[in-house]
This record gives sequence, C-alpha cells and structure tokens, in this order.
Amino acid sequence: MVLTGAEIVIRCLQEEKVDYVFGYPGGAVLYIYDALFNQDKVRHVLVRHEQAAVHAADGYARSTENVGVALVTSGPGATNAVTGIATAYCDSIPMVIISGQVPTAAIGQDAFQEVDTVGITRPCVKHNFLVKDVRDIAATMKKAFYLAKTGRPGPVLVDIPKDVSMHKCEFEYPKEVSMRSYNPVIKGHQGQIRKAVQLLLEAKRPMIYTGGGVVLANAAEQLTKLTRMLGFPITNTLMGLGGYPASDRQYLGMPGMHGTYEANMAMHYSDVLLAVGARFDDRVIGNPDHFAEEPRKIIHVDIDPSSISKRVKVDVPIVGDLKEVLEEMIRQLEANAARPNPETLGSWWKQVDEWRSRECMKYKNSDEIIKPQFVIQKLWEVTGGEAIVTSDVGQHQMWASQYYRFDKPRRWLNSGGLGTMGVGLPYAMGAQLANPDKQIACVTGEASIQMNIQELSTCKQFRLPIKICNLNNRYLGMVRQWQQLFHGERYSESYMDSLPDFAKLAEAYGHVGLRVERPSDVEGALREAFARKNDLVFLDFQIDQTENVYPMVQGGKGLTEMILSAEDL
Amino acid sequence: MRHVISLLIENESGALSRVSGLFSARGYNIESLTVAPTEDASMSRMTIVTTGSDDIIEQITKQLNKLVEVVKVVDISEAAHIERELMLTKVRATGKDREEMKRMAEIFRARIIDVTDTSYVIELTGNQSKLDAFISAIDPALILETVRSGVCGVGRGDRILKV
Repeated sequence: MVLTGAEIVIRCLQEEKVDYVFGYPGGAVLYIYDALFNQDKVRHVLVRHEQAAVHAADGYARSTENVGVALVTSGPGATNAVTGIATAYCDSIPMVIISGQVPTAAIGQDAFQEVDTVGITRPCVKHNFLVKDVRDIAATMKKAFYLAKTGRPGPVLVDIPKDVSMHKCEFEYPKEVSMRSYNPVIKGHQGQIRKAVQLLLEAKRPMIYTGGGVVLANAAEQLTKLTRMLGFPITNTLMGLGGYPASDRQYLGMPGMHGTYEANMAMHYSDVLLAVGARFDDRVIGNPDHFAEEPRKIIHVDIDPSSISKRVKVDVPIVGDLKEVLEEMIRQLEANAARPNPETLGSWWKQVDEWRSRECMKYKNSDEIIKPQFVIQKLWEVTGGEAIVTSDVGQHQMWASQYYRFDKPRRWLNSGGLGTMGVGLPYAMGAQLANPDKQIACVTGEASIQMNIQELSTCKQFRLPIKICNLNNRYLGMVRQWQQLFHGERYSESYMDSLPDFAKLAEAYGHVGLRVERPSDVEGALREAFARKNDLVFLDFQIDQTENVYPMVQGGKGLTEMILSAEDL
Repeated sequence: MRHVISLLIENESGALSRVSGLFSARGYNIESLTVAPTEDASMSRMTIVTTGSDDIIEQITKQLNKLVEVVKVVDISEAAHIERELMLTKVRATGKDREEMKRMAEIFRARIIDVTDTSYVIELTGNQSKLDAFISAIDPALILETVRSGVCGVGRGDRILKV
C-alpha cells in the first residue's frame, strides 16, 4: 500500500498499539497531524506546552508497562521537549518522541524554526534518528520502539523532516528488528548467580537494596518472593518504591539523604548487600568513601553493565534482566535445602529493630497549623493506599515518598534522577488517561505546580479528575531548608511572593478549588475531593512554613551521619 | 595510564559525535582519535588514545559499548599490539639544509614526497615516540608545518577485532 510518510508514522503507531499520543502541532508536523485527523485508533492529547507533552507521555509509561509517545514540531517544539526527554532519560523510561524537522533541503540553512534536534538531544536520549528518506520511516519507527523498551529502557527520538512526511512510498511494517550493534544481555550468568546465592545464604548481616530497575523490569513479584524466602531486611530507593510492599515488616523504608535511620544503618553495617536494579546514586549512599569504610560483599544485579562498579566496587556483578535473574535465584534456592542461619539472622533483626525503635519518621503534629506529613498520612488513609501518586520536586516529594506507603509498583511517579520541577501535573495526566478507573493524586508545592500550571486547561478538555494536593508553604521549601541549615539562614530568593489564589485559579480553568487552612479540615477536604469522581479538585493546603524534611544526610556526608530531627541541629 | 581503545561502529552520520560527545560529557580524556570506514563500508573503525585509572578505563569501555551504534570495543593496549601514526612535515630545504634534510629522512626511514625549490614534504610513519624523535632531531626553525594522523592500532597475531 502506498502511503505518505505522515500516514506511515501513524500506521506505525497503530502497529505498536499506541492508544495515546501527547503533542502539540506546528509547521513541520502538519502532514503528520493531517494523518492523525483521518483515523481514530491513535488518540491525540493536546497539551498546552511541549514540555508537558513529553512529561505526560512519560507519566503514561511509568504507570503502565507501555512505551509513552510524544509528538512535537521542529525548533521551539523540540527544545521545549528537551527537559521532558532528559527527565525520562535519567529515570530510564521507555518513550518514543517524534519531532518534526524543516524540509531536508532547508537543513543547515538556518531555516525558520530550524534547530539541530538530533544534536541537542544526543546526550539525553538512549538513541536518536534523523530520517532522510520516506522509505526509512517504518524501519526506523520499529527500531525506535524496540530500543525504547528493551535492555535498559530509555527515550528514543525520531526527527522527521517535513518533506519526508509528505513523500510517498510503499508501506510495510517490519516484523522483527535485528541490530548487530545492539544485543542486551537477558539471562544472568549462571555461575555468578550461584556465587551470589551462596553469599546470601552465608550472610550474617544481609541487606537487600533495590531501585527503579525492579519497577521497570516488572520484577516486584519475584523480588517479594525472594525477599520473603530469605527473610532479609529490604529497602527500596525513591525510584524503587512499591518494588516491595511498604507495609511489610521486612521493609525498612527508603534509604539515602532523606531515608530512614534503620534503612541507612542496615545498608552501612550489612556484611552482604544485594543491590537489584539500583545504582548507588549520590542521594542514596552519600559519600562513597565513607560507604566503603565498612567492609561488605556487594552483589549487584543490573541490566546495564555500566551501572556496575561505577561508584562502588562490586564483588559479584550479574548483568541481566532482573526478572530472569531473580527467578533463577529463586529456582536455585528452591533446589537447595540450605537456608540462612535463623540465629544469626535473628540477632541481625534484633539490631535492625533497635534502629527501627528510634522511630525516625515521628513528627510533632499540631492542632493549629497543618503539617505536611499529616496531609500525606491522611491522603494515604482516604485513598486506602490505592492511589497512583505523582509528585513534583522538593520537600513535598520527600514527604510523599516517606509517608505514603506504596505496596505495589507503578503507583509512585516522580522525577528521581533529573529532579524536574513541573512533572507532577503532566505525570498525573498521563497516569489518569492510562488508568481511567484509578484515583490519581498529584502531590505538589506552590512553586512546582506553577511550572506547568497551564495544563489545568488540558485536564479540563480531557476531563481528567486528578486530585491536586498542593502543600503550600509559600517557600521554595527544599531551597529554604538548605539555606537554613547550610547558608546561615540567608533566604536568598526562596520566598514565593505574590502567589495566586490557587482555588480561584482552578475555578477559572473550570475545576473545583478548595483552600484548606486548619488541620481539622484536612481529612474532610480530601474525602470531599475524592468523592467528586468526575472533577479535578485543587486542594490548596496552607502548611507550616518552617517544617523541614528529616531524617537528613547532608551532601558529601556518610549514611550514618544523619540529622534525625530539628533537635539534632 | 595510557590506553588504546579500538572500536567498530556503524558508519552512520553522527556516529563520531556520539563518541566524542560521550568523552566530553563524562570528562574523559582524548589524546587522539582516528576514524575511517573498514573493508566493509557499512562500518567504521575508530582508534582512541586515552588516559585514566583502571576504573575510568573500565567505565569508558562500558559506556562506549552502551552506545547503540557501537558494535565492538577492545582495549588493544591490554596485550601485545602495534601502533602506527602518520606524520607529514613540510620543511624549508634550501642551500646546505637540502642535503641535511634528505639525510635525516633516510636515517628515520622517512620519504620525501613533495619537492620544490625551497621545501620538502616528508612522510614518516611509526609509533608516537619515533615521530616525536624526528621532530626533535631536526632544526625547529626549518619546520614550516606538521600534520599528524593520530594513532592507528591493531592487536598482534590472533587478536582480531571483527564482527
């Protein structure tokens, strides 16, 4: 069948079973938008800014097992998309971004809305393509989807010049992809897995530490099974929340800069550490030299060899798909009668429980002023822990990760790697479209929400009943916290002056807005919001301006050097 | 430590900038980089001379392998290998310097490949130190210009980098 390049693009999306494309039209993608118009299989979500298109596609991907798709025009369309692409790249989210480009004859001529999109995005994509011939579109799209979702996932960009989308050729979608230069390892090395299992069985102070890889590999079930078989304590990083049920006794909370005392102490003083789909990030282990001071054996399972022994020397590296490797570990354990020594493990648990008894997540609640932790706890109660929670970046993000207990994967969407303010609302849009029957809560702050506030309009158009929980402290809270602790209380530019009335703003966009000022009103407001099944409700919680996120490991410090509360200062 | 990394990469536009961009983004050193298509025109071979601790070299090879278009990566300096570099030097060749330059070229087994009334172009191939030695052996005042290709390398014997 002879089709135009634009029609081929849409046919490829249909072949990949893409149901939503998030985008914004413009000159270079007019043919593609024309092809979209003439079909109804792929639905288009018109955002109000290209950054939000990419974030929404990203949120869609995070909340499902599918590849997120965004469509933007050349020049400013592409540059606006860059933050979204980099955000997805840092968290290894499978995405395909299609960008328009000026016609091939105009490339390099400084044409109107021309920018070197492939060049600009090169450092923040898994791979990118410039398609110069209409006959290459189908094969390139096939490769793009294949690259995005296999191996360590990531965003792939396909740049299509306007004339290429207009030209015609015979369309046939390739059934398979084979690339001699790209063959991710799936099966873990048997011998290494055996070594790892042996180490785990002999461990005296074992600890399991898992990251976003477990969520991406859909390996939460296998991880949970293995952890229960072994009876070891476990921690999930910010990106890995929900990888293991947070309500379970073996779960010690999140590790790292704002992690729990027990998780950090157990990470540090373990003698065998099993790391799964995690990367020993600076926000997780703090100072690597301090971390290396305690001798311990590290087993590291990851799909990406370059993540292994990057920041921390690893004793047993295992490259492979996490699900496959964890299943093999379970198989070997099942075939082996040996189990960890209950006495040694018992005394390790005694130590861990002693750390746990410090109750580092306790905070002083108040009858006068709303505490942010209290809002998140109530949110968890009201939603029965079943909501998909998105967040922006800052204090509210940490409180949400600390006080909402995630028992399942793909329930917590946030920008962990790049730390992009403004992702919360578009993530919620993508998640709501992908999960129309689920409750979606966007936990945000008055600064972050304003970075993509225009999307309230998109939410109206597509009737997305998101519940926005704005923890409004009239400060760039995390900046203020650091200025208070490390910059002599000089609050340079961290106060958000001249804030809008968010409730009225939400109303202006056609939504419901509620301003909540008293702790006694928090639960009622949340219940009312979630009872409004068809409305987006903007809850503007006026919270304590001086509240800080604790525990805290200062940048550059070791994991055990924690500030547990304001009293430690 | 100095390392010579050889790699095969798909001969696509932008492939070179993926490699050079990786080095600059992650702060790795490039002492020299050479690239040209192989006998199979769909593939290029690159030789990169870099320096770094063992940990950094391990990361460099892993990161290079991670590039989608990179087919194979080998640190050829890990074992017996051969390195060659080509240098073209244009020198002033007048009066008694004419004979002197010819003699120096012979000593270094270089070839004079262009001759005018006042200059020679001397072609010299060898490892880096041989080329450096030639430059320091001749009178710097006579050197008009110098161009070096950067290092090309290959493993000895059975060590073959091929798909």
